[in-house]
Amino acid sequence: MTATMTNPSDMTDAVPALSALAERRAAAGPDWLTDVRQQAAARFVELGLPTNKDEEWRYTPLREVLRPAYVPAEDAPAALSSDDLKAFQFEGFDASLLTFVNGRYCPELSDPPTDVTIAPLSEALKAHRGLLESELRRIAERDEDGFARLNSAVLEDGVFIHAPNGTACSRPIRLLHVAVPGAAGGRPFMTHPRNVVIAGEDAQLTLIERYVTIGEGVYLTNAVTQISAGDRAQVAHYLLEQESAEAFNINTLHLQQGTDSKVESHSVLLGGALVRNNVCPVLDGERADCLINGLYIGHGSQHLDNYMNVEHAKAHGDSRQFYKGILDDKSHGVFRGRIVVHVDAQKTDAKQTNANLLLADTAEVDTKPQLEIYADDVKCTHGATIGQIDNDAIFYLRSRGIDEADARAMMIFAFAGESLDRMSVEPIRDALTRELVRQLPRGEFIESVL
Amino acid sequence: MSLLEIKDLHATVDSNEILKGLTLTVEPGRVHSIMGPNGSGKSTLARVIAGHEDYEITGGDILLDGKSVLEMDADERAREGIFMAFQYPVEIPGVSNTEFLKAALNAHRKHHGQDELNAVEFLKIVREKMKTVDMPADLLKRSVNEGFSGGEKKRHEVFQMALLEPGMCVMDETDSGLDIDALRVVADGVNAMRDGSRGFLVITHYQRLLDYIVPDHVHVLMDGRIAKTGGKDLALELEDKGYAWVTEEAA
Repeated sequence: MTATMTNPSDMTDAVPALSALAERRAAAGPDWLTDVRQQAAARFVELGLPTNKDEEWRYTPLREVLRPAYVPAEDAPAALSSDDLKAFQFEGFDASLLTFVNGRYCPELSDPPTDVTIAPLSEALKAHRGLLESELRRIAERDEDGFARLNSAVLEDGVFIHAPNGTACSRPIRLLHVAVPGAAGGRPFMTHPRNVVIAGEDAQLTLIERYVTIGEGVYLTNAVTQISAGDRAQVAHYLLEQESAEAFNINTLHLQQGTDSKVESHSVLLGGALVRNNVCPVLDGERADCLINGLYIGHGSQHLDNYMNVEHAKAHGDSRQFYKGILDDKSHGVFRGRIVVHVDAQKTDAKQTNANLLLADTAEVDTKPQLEIYADDVKCTHGATIGQIDNDAIFYLRSRGIDEADARAMMIFAFAGESLDRMSVEPIRDALTRELVRQLPRGEFIESVL
Repeated sequence: MSLLEIKDLHATVDSNEILKGLTLTVEPGRVHSIMGPNGSGKSTLARVIAGHEDYEITGGDILLDGKSVLEMDADERAREGIFMAFQYPVEIPGVSNTEFLKAALNAHRKHHGQDELNAVEFLKIVREKMKTVDMPADLLKRSVNEGFSGGEKKRHEVFQMALLEPGMCVMDETDSGLDIDALRVVADGVNAMRDGSRGFLVITHYQRLLDYIVPDHVHVLMDGRIAKTGGKDLALELEDKGYAWVTEEAA
């Protein structure tokens, strides 16, 4: 660890450098945005980035993430053609496509939906100020985390998606985030994309966010996606993380839910060196319904951290969290599920489970529930398990002629299967299943028996 | 055809010797029954033949068609033709029967140099065999043994046996937990597989099963050894008199 101490770009230097960037960025843009950015920048400069002393980051060391001297994304332009993206096409269903390369929205590589309003954030700041300003301010005021504050202060690129009241978006919207680390001349770079999604009253929307890497190299993505679901709106969000082994990804999903709205968030974390997956719904209307479903599959020395912060603000809300981890080698999984039931949120029904499968003695998992209940008539349950593959089941499978590696692969896939089954859109579930199976041991065999 | 020879077999678990010099030959086409009191080593024998790793073989040998299986893992023994029907089939939530049966069947086919089955061929074979033991139609969609009744689990074992067509079938207390109707279905399934070349080792606590699966030979296992061997009438005698007289006779 002595090398860490002498590295000039160690984390002690990262905060001043990022603060300078935040302050520089904050000065640009329309006045109201400057105001939002400057407030966030001030809070970022004041509080800095999290450390292990922060309860929410206790199990996730940021030393490696903050060691590189990142250059901003604009110094990492990458030209890709649609051929480069072919490998990331989903089969089996039709979806619109919004492509981001090194954090920049690329209209020429996109196939935007036509039945909802789509605009790059830079344009939306002018054209859709009314909607955008209140959305951005609401999140900026809620940012409790250094990374989210940094995102608000820098507020780089992204898209604005607006499904007006009563719109049922016909195709799922894919947001493909491609990182090309080689583009910055081998220097580590960072991006801070922000996507703002508004589903109006009675609107229906399905989003699939996918993070992938072309090539090798270190980079940091600090992304924030905010989704506002109006009264009776139905929104499904899928996250598929498949980045390279050198990628750092801090990802925050804010969900704002109106009365009788129904929101699903599904996360599948397969890649990255260190991934922090924040899912933060606020059930801000009566009878809001929220399903949080996730799967994190680690190998090598991956660190996959899931932080859920579910806030019940109004009565009769229903939230269910199901996260499952499969951890091999020296990988480290974290699940923290915070549920806050505010005083007005009577008759809340909140449930949380986290199950983990450890495939190696050297794999590690930390799981911790955190319930804060201020209402007196609520139902809240939580449970966590950590286990290993059932040897009796392995013997049973082997006694039928299936070799040990295949038997283990079947058991691992079975453990993941429950999470996949919760994904309600069948073609998306099938596509994610294929991606997942490809990254599991003996994936070809599993595919052959499905 | 398969020939199973067990020669002076000694097996221990957690350094307790359970099998203490067991010798037994199951000729092709024959049904041998093993009976014996609790704790005599019946289930150990079944699991040792199948290749369970909890048991250590400290002496003797097990030969299938003249070839020792002791160096083979459980899955290789299965592909070579040894099938054990479990006393307590394992529930495996999340693994569908389709995946399970396809994996098992294709592992066998690959081992014997045959092509893997496509989806249509697989379904055809499975449906055909399902009829023989009256499996529920939704079997393939369900997880392996999950939520199955006791009778369904045992029928499922016999169904798998019919599907994989092993040369040597070892049945560990297949009758336990079965009512008389289920017992008959299971026995019919087994009898349908008696073809003059396949060997059976039927382990049971009760004579009742042997009314339906009529054995050629009955062995009494006591304290890890075969204490007495006889014809099918021996089972009736045991039912009538218990096991104590065998001990006395052996002494």
